[in-house]
Amino acid sequence: MALMQIAEPGMSPEPHQARLAIGIDLGTTNSLVATVRSGMPAVLPDAHGRALLPSIVRYVDAQKIEVGYAAQARQSEDPKNTVVSVKRFMGRGVKDAAHIENAPYDFVDGPGMLQIRTVAGVKSPVEVSSEILRVLRERAELSLQGNIFGAVITVPAYFDDAQRQATKDAGRLAGLNVLRLLNEPTAAAIAYGLENASEGTYAVYDLGGGTFDLSILKLSKGVFEVVATSGDSMLGGDDFDQRVFCWVVEKAKLAPLSAHDMRLLLVKAREAKEYLTFHGEARITAKLSSGEFVDVVLDTETFCSITQTLVQKTLAPVRKALRDAGLRADEVKGVVMVGGATRMPQIQRAVGEFFRRDPLNNLDPDKVVALGAAMQANVLAGNKPQGEDWLLLDVIPLSLGIETMGGLTEKIIPRNTTIPAGRAQEFTTFKDGQTGMSIHVVQGERELVSDCRSLARFELKGIPPLVAGAARIRVGFQVDADGLLSVTATEKTSGVEASVTVKPSYGLADADIERMLRDSFEHAREDMHSRALAEQRVDGQRLIEATRAALAADAGLLSLEEKNAIEAAIATLEKRLAGSDHRPIKQAIEALNRATDEFAARRMDAGIRRALAGRKIGSL
Amino acid sequence: MQNHFDLFGLTPKFSIEGEALERSYREIQSKVHPDRFAHAGDAERRASLQWTTRVNEAFQILRNPVTRARHLLELHGVDVAFETNTAMPPEFLMQQMELRESLEGAKTPASLDEMRKRLQQEKAQLQTQIGEAIDSKKDYTAAAGLVRKLQFLDRLDEEIDSAYEEIE
Repeated sequence: MALMQIAEPGMSPEPHQARLAIGIDLGTTNSLVATVRSGMPAVLPDAHGRALLPSIVRYVDAQKIEVGYAAQARQSEDPKNTVVSVKRFMGRGVKDAAHIENAPYDFVDGPGMLQIRTVAGVKSPVEVSSEILRVLRERAELSLQGNIFGAVITVPAYFDDAQRQATKDAGRLAGLNVLRLLNEPTAAAIAYGLENASEGTYAVYDLGGGTFDLSILKLSKGVFEVVATSGDSMLGGDDFDQRVFCWVVEKAKLAPLSAHDMRLLLVKAREAKEYLTFHGEARITAKLSSGEFVDVVLDTETFCSITQTLVQKTLAPVRKALRDAGLRADEVKGVVMVGGATRMPQIQRAVGEFFRRDPLNNLDPDKVVALGAAMQANVLAGNKPQGEDWLLLDVIPLSLGIETMGGLTEKIIPRNTTIPAGRAQEFTTFKDGQTGMSIHVVQGERELVSDCRSLARFELKGIPPLVAGAARIRVGFQVDADGLLSVTATEKTSGVEASVTVKPSYGLADADIERMLRDSFEHAREDMHSRALAEQRVDGQRLIEATRAALAADAGLLSLEEKNAIEAAIATLEKRLAGSDHRPIKQAIEALNRATDEFAARRMDAGIRRALAGRKIGSL
Repeated sequence: MQNHFDLFGLTPKFSIEGEALERSYREIQSKVHPDRFAHAGDAERRASLQWTTRVNEAFQILRNPVTRARHLLELHGVDVAFETNTAMPPEFLMQQMELRESLEGAKTPASLDEMRKRLQQEKAQLQTQIGEAIDSKKDYTAAAGLVRKLQFLDRLDEEIDSAYEEIE
């Protein structure tokens, strides 16, 4: 029936012309890339058939960079230039990154985010991460034989705005069109196929290398709703290694260690931890640079007792998420286990006891997130027909607010609000003739601003001088589908409007991204101009396709004149696509976007009306 | 002002069918959500962001009894005035103070569970009364007083949450 036929914009008319879309699990310890081929998600291995890429980047000299196994092989030789677990530093300052005292790097406290001094210069965690993403992008391009249309990158559900922004920036820096940042536990639930098989409430217990996440998901009729998220962004499998490491140091009565020995023993500690999953005891041997020998035996019982507090520490966020969702443990229909660390028997046991049911663990816990991300990327790229796709409704993990008088936080968007979300609050001046106002944006649950994370500070200037309390300043928060915030402030008296958009201070300004892209292209001797041209052509083509599909579906919403204007804009863009300069193409894209603004709004209205009409007809 | 009930095709009433609201919310979301436009042009992505934001906000307001009642009363021209009009009946305030004192004394999850159970019952009762006041008696002034009470209880609920967190 015509009423319900809503064509998705940009949906390619021939199904075999699927867009190449990838899902990337950018992990603390390992990263993976996956895609959907012939309807099946699969992890893409490297040339040696290895699925995992260790998240390790080594700056060999000013030019050469090693990523993955090559970097891992040299990490104890060259610890200062070999960055491991960079995810811990994303969007973090020196003050608030964990384990920094044990990390062998020369940290530089950059504005907002820390940086690391290497042989190739000072590097930000965003740049280090982009090296990992670049390797995965190239792996996918090689294996899929084509240009990647877009990527979904996963992040811990508990990541704050600064960490999400940093991740997205790293994606852009690696030359990826980031379709969406997706929460890791949600990706795992998608991989388990919960979206079509099940109705009910599920928990995802995700203990990765560096982060712990607990999400409560509600599934019904193809809609995926994250009802609560909780976790600890400073707790993961690495902490178990750390406990074993400390135990070894104590047991073998070792003197303070060099960076090299520390790294060596941490690797040994990890191996012992993994060995204990299937064995009763593990022997740890090492020859230190001092010539000293380490030879100790760790049994399961000792391992459980030295890590028991860590296991218990994961249960507090579990209880918190259940409370937020208003649920009891026995109302959860299943628990999905994610992350290599969930292989540890004591974890499986503790989770099983808490929920009084065996956890779901039949997919490889290292791969589930990447597989789910690939499936979501496939949906976002428009490759799945309507009806077979699903909808993901996500929430914001931490409250967003601003600083008010006395260093207190005023929450503007509370945590667990479904995104995209927007909210505005009005403020006024407190002094006669005040013409400026400072706005401090924070994220967190605590009352005091000093206990929350500072995201941005900006100044609203040009307020007309009035008596105290007369000015009306409207501060608007907008959180997009990636959970990223933008803030605008507008002064609305006497018809004067001053408005500013800020990007949280941990994120990079667009100009920075451009500079870094330029630098990295020069470094790779890529032709910047032809790259920009290629990108604009892809964008332009994509927009024409999307607009044509929209016209085909809903041209009836336009007057003849309006339709002609849009078609003229398409024609202009098409003509310019053949040219060899990227700037006129960009202008034509912007012009077409402007020309379709009103059309897009009307289509959206019509979509809603049709949805409601469909519902009423359906329920009669 | 915007009528959020219209957006979901619902009759403006306090007693709404939660399921009908959710169904309609999901149907609209499946048409406007940014995930449906990840591959579309800027204009459509912008429109989608704006619509989804609005739909989410309206849903949030209608789902929560306090904000739903407040929205209804505003549609009827009654300002609930949470911030300024805090005059409450003395016996209600006494009862609230007692509840808060016992909350401070509650140091075990079991005692908090007990408090929460009592609170849930009181909230359910208040909601029935609000429904009657708005939907059948159309006594909006009385309803505003009840809504303020319900908001007190909501705050107490939040304090119970923080008490749980402190115990952990």
